[in-house]
Amino acid sequence: MTTSELRLSASKLACARGGRLVFEDLSFDLGAGEALVLTGPNGSGKSSLLRQIAGLLDIAAGALTLEGGDSDLTLAEQTHYLGHLDALKPAMTVTETLDFWAAWFGAPDASPDIPAALDGMGLAPLADLPVAYLSAGQKRRLALARLLAAPRPVWLLDEPTVALDAASIAQLGLAMRSHLAAGGLIVAATHLDLGLADARTLRLVLELVT
Amino acid sequence: MMRAFFALIARDLRLAARIGGGGGMAVFFFLTVVAVVPLGIGPDLNLLARIAPGMLWVALLLSSLLTLDRLFQADYEDGSLDLLAMGRVPLELVVAAKAVGHFLTTGLPLVVAAPLLGLMLNLDVAAFPALMLAMLAGAPALSFLGVIGAGLTVGIRRGGLLASLLVLPFYIPVLIFGVSAARAALAGFPQGVAAQSLALLAAVTLASLVLGPVAAAAALRATLR
Repeated sequence: MTTSELRLSASKLACARGGRLVFEDLSFDLGAGEALVLTGPNGSGKSSLLRQIAGLLDIAAGALTLEGGDSDLTLAEQTHYLGHLDALKPAMTVTETLDFWAAWFGAPDASPDIPAALDGMGLAPLADLPVAYLSAGQKRRLALARLLAAPRPVWLLDEPTVALDAASIAQLGLAMRSHLAAGGLIVAATHLDLGLADARTLRLVLELVT
Repeated sequence: MMRAFFALIARDLRLAARIGGGGGMAVFFFLTVVAVVPLGIGPDLNLLARIAPGMLWVALLLSSLLTLDRLFQADYEDGSLDLLAMGRVPLELVVAAKAVGHFLTTGLPLVVAAPLLGLMLNLDVAAFPALMLAMLAGAPALSFLGVIGAGLTVGIRRGGLLASLLVLPFYIPVLIFGVSAARAALAGFPQGVAAQSLALLAAVTLASLVLGPVAAAAALRATLR
């Protein structure tokens, strides 16, 4: 298991939803420690591309490959996906939620550091509170803390800054930079600057297919 | 992988205990159905005793159907299902874990409550062990067959009725063999009929343990993608 030469490549990728072509001929090549920032108008396929990488949407044509990861695992099994939905249960507390997702996503022999993950997103004071009492921004931070609790090399972030305040966006930028510094990959769809200025960043502008 | 599997079961049990939407609701529905029967058909004790095994089984089936439709839908709506599909646990085992959770929160409490309700229906105490054994052998099949309907209707709002219609035909063998096991016990075990029914009931359960998760996982994949 090595993450030093991690490389995520897409070649001539196409996506169709409901019989309509969303994008085609999309290619990129992302190395370890690099971030890919997706921009483009609504409906141009940013979320669809992220779901394809996460294995949650069929690939209409082309190929997606991850080289240099754990050869026993699929791309989806080495990937964290943060979608529009936070995947939280109101009846569970913050710590229970993270405990569960860490057990779900983590390696079988891993011992997740939940307090550090909570701290990384500024959730430590809320650790024992049920999710039902969290604000929208706090819920988003809890969803992000999931990525810190169970290490996986590829992060897919779909508008991660939604509902976050300035301080939380800074915390997210810090977490993203340290993930990249550790040799991880990030593909993010966003309309805002994520604060990745000093990281190697590729940009991909999707356009509406007419 | 097993740690993640058990973590999912533990999460579902915890949620059922806190929200009360699972086990508690099914038991109270079971209780209501059985409590209404004597009022509906009158206080004829012999008649009640004769129909008691059938009534208890029908009530068990209905209570199980009642709690099925939210099985995957809650996870689908809040995005959890996407993440459950991305773990190292195959989707078939995700379904199996959800079915085990459903059995532990609805099937098992109902089996435990059955003798009490049997008393309300004037069921002969001698038939209790056979009835409970049959319910214990058959109730897992209700959960593991039910996931097929729940999986097929996960993307449909208010899909509960459709799930019930899809699943009910699969429930019929469980009902037939379950009732015949209890009836045979009532009739004093003629020619090993109870044992035969129990064996067939166990066979239906074992088949559903394999087929249910595979079919439901295929349905979920089709919905997610």
